[in-house]
Amino acid sequence: MKKLDRYGYAFIAPFWVVFLTFSIYPVFLTLYYSFTNYTGSQGEEVVGFANYARLLTDTYFIEAFVNTIKIWGINFVLQIGLALALALLFSDLRLKLKGLAFFRSFFYLPNLITISSVALLFGILLDWQHGSLNMMLLKLGIISDPINWLSQPVTAQLSVSLILTWMWFGHSFIIVMAGVSGISQDFFEAAHIDGANRWQMFTNVTVPLLKPILLYIMITSLIGGLQLFDLPLLLTDGIGAPDGSLNTMVLYLYNQAFKYNNYGYAAAVAYGLFLITLVFSAIVFKGMFRKERAAQKGA
Amino acid sequence: MEQNAESRRMLADSEVQPPREEKPLRVLPPSKKPKKKWFSRGLIYTGLIVLTIVCFIPFLMMLVNATRTNGEIMSGFSLIPGSALVDNYAILSDYINIWTGFKNSLIVAVLVTLLSGYFSAMTAFGFAFYNFKGKNVMFIFMLVMMMVPGQLGLIGFYEISKTLGILDSFIPLIIPSIASPFVVFFIRQYTQATLHVSMIEAARIDGASELRIFHTIALPMMMPAVATMSIFTFIGSWNNYLMPLVLLFSPEKYTLPVLMGFLKGSQVAENLGALYLGIAISVVPIMIAFLFLSKYIVSSISAGAVKE
Repeated sequence: MKKLDRYGYAFIAPFWVVFLTFSIYPVFLTLYYSFTNYTGSQGEEVVGFANYARLLTDTYFIEAFVNTIKIWGINFVLQIGLALALALLFSDLRLKLKGLAFFRSFFYLPNLITISSVALLFGILLDWQHGSLNMMLLKLGIISDPINWLSQPVTAQLSVSLILTWMWFGHSFIIVMAGVSGISQDFFEAAHIDGANRWQMFTNVTVPLLKPILLYIMITSLIGGLQLFDLPLLLTDGIGAPDGSLNTMVLYLYNQAFKYNNYGYAAAVAYGLFLITLVFSAIVFKGMFRKERAAQKGA
Repeated sequence: MEQNAESRRMLADSEVQPPREEKPLRVLPPSKKPKKKWFSRGLIYTGLIVLTIVCFIPFLMMLVNATRTNGEIMSGFSLIPGSALVDNYAILSDYINIWTGFKNSLIVAVLVTLLSGYFSAMTAFGFAFYNFKGKNVMFIFMLVMMMVPGQLGLIGFYEISKTLGILDSFIPLIIPSIASPFVVFFIRQYTQATLHVSMIEAARIDGASELRIFHTIALPMMMPAVATMSIFTFIGSWNNYLMPLVLLFSPEKYTLPVLMGFLKGSQVAENLGALYLGIAISVVPIMIAFLFLSKYIVSSISAGAVKE
């Protein structure tokens, strides 16, 4: 038997060869470049922590960080709110709503479309003069003057947030729904006998039992959201217009590396982004667990 | 008394819903019940339909505008199709061949899905059924690396592709999928619950080689997990934008998402009808595929999240 166990290495060998070459090595190579002034041609110099020092005082990076959090945050609140509300409605036994599969498919559809197509589509739909959205809103009498969505910082960021919500709420809804249908009916019946109303049942039974699922959605959405790139790149000029409001962290990384050839600095941006992701994930985890402990103490 | 209970049961049986689910209805305040319920249900359905329209109307505008001329689109909003579809297609194909992008995306996504499925199953098999030195350390290391976002190694990845001379080719888009930690993790979890060591040992006694055991016994039993992950792998590859954008330079090698970005900066963008048509061509096949696969996709998403 011992002899056979050596076959284990053979089975995992292809994975590790590729993993080390294309995943692990690049991560360390990037780390090395983050300490150099590499610009794409050989002969880089090691510059110590200079890139990181620059990162901390780089107003563009800080702006990109704030923008990314703002755009993601608005989107997440709307997305999870919508997903929970829909799951609440569809799981309500008194309402007995029909057509779950139908609605779910339509809500999920935007998520499946290539994001660059989505960006391109909204780029022309949101166009100030010729965009179909303004034309429709004017025709319906909702607005009296066309709104220049993509050339004012506030509406530009809001547009990206709403597009992200549009793309992702169906996905969150499917996951929340899967979680809700996994909750035993006994909990709801017990709560009902105790005289809980619909809202109390939702806040005291559904949400606490969904906590692991909500944590999963939040972490994956956060990690994805911090990497926001395609929409801002393709919606406006590709470097964050209007007024730097669509400059996100990965867009900044991309432009520094592949537009301005500042590979060394871009590598430091990548590690900065990684640290931010770690810190935020840790905060989310901790926040969730602290609440849980407090709840246990209270009970 | 006896009869009463009998009739009550019959009443319950005639209901479509099982009596257990009907319970909450009985506890509701008896007054104003029926009227309010109809009203609120109507309101909810209206809301849901509005939301459905919101989800679909950008695509509808896209489809309609793809059939209208530039002038028509600029002059006003309409949901009635025009007659410029053929002209728009002619304008579009004067500048780019969108089907090349399609073909490229398809080649990459299919190969990525196959390699990722096959080699992840193989790796999961190695981790699940052999006790070699360093196994647990390697598995944990893999899980830790799973948390690292792709952008972290982007610059190093670009550099190593340059060193290996594989820039501007599909190789750096396809080969790395051999190592897909999350897929390995998912298949291994699934395997431990479904595939028993005794089956492997029985095959060994029958004289099958280890590789043959993997191919004829393990792989078929892993297929449900492989299929679940394949849906995600395919969609992920199909929609991948950053990697091909960085790695590909020749327009004839562009995958569909990169071609879409390219379209924005090209002269096609001056004719809105042609631009809408280009977007529509990139979107519609996915929609059609979704019509047939939506059930599987939905259950895959649920399986990926709910499994602990």
